[in-house]
Amino acid sequence: MSRIAARFQSLAAQGRGALIPYLEAYDPDLETSLALLKAMPDAGADLIEIGMPFSDPSADGPVIQAAARRGLKAGATLPGVLAMVAEFRKDNAETPVILMGYLNPIEAYGYDRFCTDAAKAGVDGLIIVDLPPEEADVIEKPAEDAGLDIIRLVAPTTSDDRLRYVLSHASGFVYYVSITGITGTRAASTDDLKAALPRIRAATTLPVAIGFGIRSPQQAATAASIADGAVVASALLATLADTLDAEGKATAETLPRVLEQIKALATAVQAGTVSADQPA
Amino acid sequence: MQAARQGFARVCPPVPHAGKGRVLTYAGAVQGLVPSGKPETCLVAKAAPTQRDTGAVEPAMADPVEHGITATQANSLRHGPDERGHFGGWYGGRFVAETLMPLVLELEQAYNTAKADPAFHKELDFYLRDYVGRPSPLWFARRMTEELGGAKIYMKREELNHTGSHKLNNVMGQILLARRMGRTRIVAETGAGQHGVATATVCALFGMKCVIYMGATDVERQSPNVFRMRLLGAEVVPVTAGAGTLKDAMNEAMRDWVANVADTYFLVGTVAGPHPYPAMVRDFQSVIGEETKEQMHAAEGRLPDVVVAAIGGGSNAMGIFHPFLDDPSVRLIGVEAAGCGLDSGKTAASIERGSPGVLHGNRTYLLQNADGQIDEAHSISAGLDYPGVGPEHSWLNDIGRAEYVGATDTEALDAFQLCTRTEGIIPALESAHAIAYATKIAQTLPKDTLLVVNISGRGDKDIFTVAEHLGVKL
Repeated sequence: MSRIAARFQSLAAQGRGALIPYLEAYDPDLETSLALLKAMPDAGADLIEIGMPFSDPSADGPVIQAAARRGLKAGATLPGVLAMVAEFRKDNAETPVILMGYLNPIEAYGYDRFCTDAAKAGVDGLIIVDLPPEEADVIEKPAEDAGLDIIRLVAPTTSDDRLRYVLSHASGFVYYVSITGITGTRAASTDDLKAALPRIRAATTLPVAIGFGIRSPQQAATAASIADGAVVASALLATLADTLDAEGKATAETLPRVLEQIKALATAVQAGTVSADQPA
Repeated sequence: MQAARQGFARVCPPVPHAGKGRVLTYAGAVQGLVPSGKPETCLVAKAAPTQRDTGAVEPAMADPVEHGITATQANSLRHGPDERGHFGGWYGGRFVAETLMPLVLELEQAYNTAKADPAFHKELDFYLRDYVGRPSPLWFARRMTEELGGAKIYMKREELNHTGSHKLNNVMGQILLARRMGRTRIVAETGAGQHGVATATVCALFGMKCVIYMGATDVERQSPNVFRMRLLGAEVVPVTAGAGTLKDAMNEAMRDWVANVADTYFLVGTVAGPHPYPAMVRDFQSVIGEETKEQMHAAEGRLPDVVVAAIGGGSNAMGIFHPFLDDPSVRLIGVEAAGCGLDSGKTAASIERGSPGVLHGNRTYLLQNADGQIDEAHSISAGLDYPGVGPEHSWLNDIGRAEYVGATDTEALDAFQLCTRTEGIIPALESAHAIAYATKIAQTLPKDTLLVVNISGRGDKDIFTVAEHLGVKL
């Protein structure tokens, strides 16, 4: 069983959903982001998403755009991101790691070689924002051969027919983009989420995680209990950005504050309370 | 940072003259960095120039099947793209976030329906004639021809269209489609501002809300067009990300579209983006080539020998090339902005100095580094300052049906002045790149050669930039 499937299964047995925090590789530098990655499981991360910085993140809001710029400025490359994961795997064999990014750097790396190298480094799944199933033939076979899950995004605009089509190309889990918009800009209501989930469940047996617009512990807890997991990205990156000095360098505050936020999110997710009418 | 990019900071530093050889400035083009997932067939190098040098008339398509062309299409180069939106089985496509996929599919369906509806064509023809001012003339440039002493130079006068460029041909088609689809809000990206002005114009004409994304650098260097758009009632949003040019405006327009899917139509200005945009924009621009064909026939009784057009995203070039794709005697030349020189590292020549990759919804030639990060383009012309190109051009390049060359900032400035002085036509700096290459080769061609250069826009918007580069204070 893959690390992703095993993790969702054990969380289901505990009767709670997953907290999936996000970090941008090399943001603001390799050392800091690697230290953050290594500390995330103890802070309460059930799965971890690592952003692969891209020069033109056209589906991301200002917070992730800025994080990607910092990562690139610090020298992020795909080999560098994979080396980070390999380093993390030395001490952690259980926490699933998902890489999220855009297609072009992977195409430049080479699909076969990338999937092989990513699996070898200890990556479990890929989320490629600008790769709909219509174009996914370039990577589906190499990913399957390497044992990597291709995690599919679905959105409120995805019709029932299309859900069935998209999810027939999915593995690992399903990432429900809870709003029509870019990352970190607005939030869906609890009612919207409650209405959306049965639609997705009808089309797949995979676990469902909700992302885009989840900021507070309460929102994370709500999303993780309505679905099977909550992804928190922009809120953590905004905290990280807030701790940087005038030159954009990490400070003594950087790690503690981001980890403290992850702990607060984890505590709420583990308590598993659904807030009645709070936006999720 | 932003201020440093403006004004004289964008003037090229002196560089030693670089030869025409394909020196691989962009690491992505270096052997071994070509994506391994790509079918081997796409690694076909640029067609050997000997085909045309020897006067051979067949396009260099040794094995059509290798390029994903089926037997039924083998006799024509005009049937692309395939149902996936791919040209030659590799370029183009639909590389967008899932939120946008339903919209892209809906657009394709709406466009196919409109294309098959005579009422749509009747409506479009009416607006093209009475509002855009088509057909545009094909002008024999007598004085320029005499001065250069070679090929007969004809100019396709797209700068005479309403709003001063070819952009309105496409915009008129898409706004009628947006209306059929019930959309009420239009977003668009713009570089030089010509597409933004054309879009703002039709939004004024039809009373629709209009938001134009424009790089902050371009807002600065194309201020007359910014004022025009605002007068027309559009909201112009300066984009400060990156270098503040067309690439960044495109990213921001896509973000707007993702966030406002319910009422918004994304009116793409060039033959790029996710399918069906490259094919649809090409279809709307093909009126340029169709008219040219008829007009040349009326003037000279035959096809032109050479057609030259400037390439940024490539819509004016695609529009004039497409009707000639199956006329192998017609040499098609796309002129990219070489910026400070093809090998200067400050260029916008995506085909000449880039490598295939995926950006803004399609796979095409891109200026990128070895890690697949997109480079900043450079050109004196805001409309050509883009690190990609339409996917159909990438395919035409690989199969050798069209040639792609570069003209530098300096060559464009010289051509701008030559055209103005000899023909009384002030061309857009974008079009001046095509004129630069056309004048270069015209001198080497026999006097009975018929050469058409597409004057895609007029240059009134550029006089401040040109004055600055010539050291004249206005």
